[in-house]
Amino acid sequence: MAEFKHTHHAHCESGVISSMLSYHGLKISEPMVFGISNALNFAYIPFVKIGGMPLVAYRSLPKSIVKNIKNNLKIEMKLETFSSQKKGEDRLDELLDEGKIVGAQGSMYWLEYVPDELSFHFNAHNFLIYANEEEKYLISDPVFQDAVKCSKKSLSKSRFSKGAMAPKGLLYYPINVPKEIDLKPIIAKNIKKLAKNMLKTPVPIAGLKGLRYLAKSILKLKNKDKKYAKLFLGNIVRMQEEIGTGGAGFRFMYASFLQEASELFNDNIVLSDASKMMLEVGDEYREFALTIAKSIKSKKDIDFQSISDMLKNIADNEAKVYKRLLEFKA
Amino acid sequence: MNQENVPQDNSSTYAKMKKTIYAKNSDGKMQGISSSGWQVEETVTRQALDDIEEHIKEAWEKVKSGEKSTLYYYMYKQKMDLTLLSQATGFFQWTIKRDFEPKRFAKIKQNRLEEYCDVLGITIDDIKELPNG
Repeated sequence: MAEFKHTHHAHCESGVISSMLSYHGLKISEPMVFGISNALNFAYIPFVKIGGMPLVAYRSLPKSIVKNIKNNLKIEMKLETFSSQKKGEDRLDELLDEGKIVGAQGSMYWLEYVPDELSFHFNAHNFLIYANEEEKYLISDPVFQDAVKCSKKSLSKSRFSKGAMAPKGLLYYPINVPKEIDLKPIIAKNIKKLAKNMLKTPVPIAGLKGLRYLAKSILKLKNKDKKYAKLFLGNIVRMQEEIGTGGAGFRFMYASFLQEASELFNDNIVLSDASKMMLEVGDEYREFALTIAKSIKSKKDIDFQSISDMLKNIADNEAKVYKRLLEFKA
Repeated sequence: MNQENVPQDNSSTYAKMKKTIYAKNSDGKMQGISSSGWQVEETVTRQALDDIEEHIKEAWEKVKSGEKSTLYYYMYKQKMDLTLLSQATGFFQWTIKRDFEPKRFAKIKQNRLEEYCDVLGITIDDIKELPNG
C-alpha cells in the first residue's frame, strides 16, 4: 500500500472520505464526495438548542456522508461502535497493526491538538487515524492544514464523549474499493434528488422552506432583548462560515461539485450554468454574513427587516439553481 | 467568489490555523484555497467566546458568594450548559439544578460526583475547589 498523505480539506466528513478513498486508489475530490452523498441541505430547528441558540445547519445529518457514500458507490464499508472504551481502544490498535487507515468520530472538545478558540462540544467531528508511533496516534484531521498527533488519553476521551450524537468510539474503513466507478448515473440521480428536496420538502424547517422560516424568525427578533438578537444572528453566521463549510454554508463546495460534474458530462451547459449560479448565491450568503457582522459591532439599532429580506432573496435565487438543475438530462 | 477575494485577515480566532475555502481561480476553475481568516467570522466567533467567558465569570462570582456550588462553575468553565451537561450525564436537568445548591452538593453521592467529573474531564479533588479569581 502506498504511504498515506494528509490533505487539507474544507469539511471533516467529506474530507475523510475523499482522503480515504483516494488512498485506496479511487481518486475522488472532496466536492465530488459531498455532491454524490447528497450532503447539501438547510435546516432551522428552533426547538433544538445548541449553546442556547436554535439549531441552524447547512448540510445533512452527521454520518450521512459516510452512509450515503457506502450505499451510492456500493463500497463495502465497515462501521464499528463499541460497548466499552477498552474494546474500542484495542480494536483501533488492531486495525492500525493490520496497516489500515481508519475513519473515526469524536468530540472536537477533547482533542488536544484543537486550539482553545476552535474547541466546542461537537460530538460529530470526523478524522482519519493512520498510524501509532511512540505513544501517539498520527491523525489526518481534514480541517487542519497539517497532519497532527494525539495522545491515547485525549483520543479516547474524544471517541467516547457522551451526550447528543455520542460517537460510541465509531471507527470505519472500507473493505473493498474499486479503482474506477462510473460516477455519472450517481451524479445525475443525486442532483435531481437534491433539487427536489430543497424545493419541495414538506416540513417547514428544512430545505428552502426552512431558509424562509429563518428569515421570518429574524423579523421577530425586533421584540427580543438586543443581546439575544445579536447572539441569534451571530449563531447563523457561525454555522454558515465557521464550522468547516468551505465557505457560504457549503454552497461554494457544491458549486465546485457542479463544475466537476459538468466536465464529466462533456461540459454540460445546464450543470455549468447551475455551478455559476450557485457560486453567486454563495457570494450573497457572504454578503449576508458581512451585514450581520456589521450590525453586531454597531451600537445602532439593527435593521432586522433588511437582514430578513436579504435571506429571503437568497432563498429565491437558490430556488432558481435547483429549478435549473431539474432541467438536467444525463 | 474569486481566488483573490478569499479573505486573508489573519484572524485571532483561527489560532494561526488556515481553512480551506472553495473559490474560482484565474482559469475559471473552482478549487480549495487556504484562508488565514475573515473579519466577519472573527466577529461572530469572538462574540460566542465572549459569551462563554461572561458565563464563566458570572458563575465564579455566584460560587464565591455561596449562592451556587462549584459544579455550576465547572459546567461553564468546560464550555457546557445545563442542556449539554444533562445530555452527557444522562441526569435530569432538575436534579442537576439541585446539585447547584451548595448544601446539597456537599452531600452528593460518590458515583454521581464521579459521573460529573468524567463528563467534565476534571478530578474529584478539583470539582470541589473554586480556583482563585
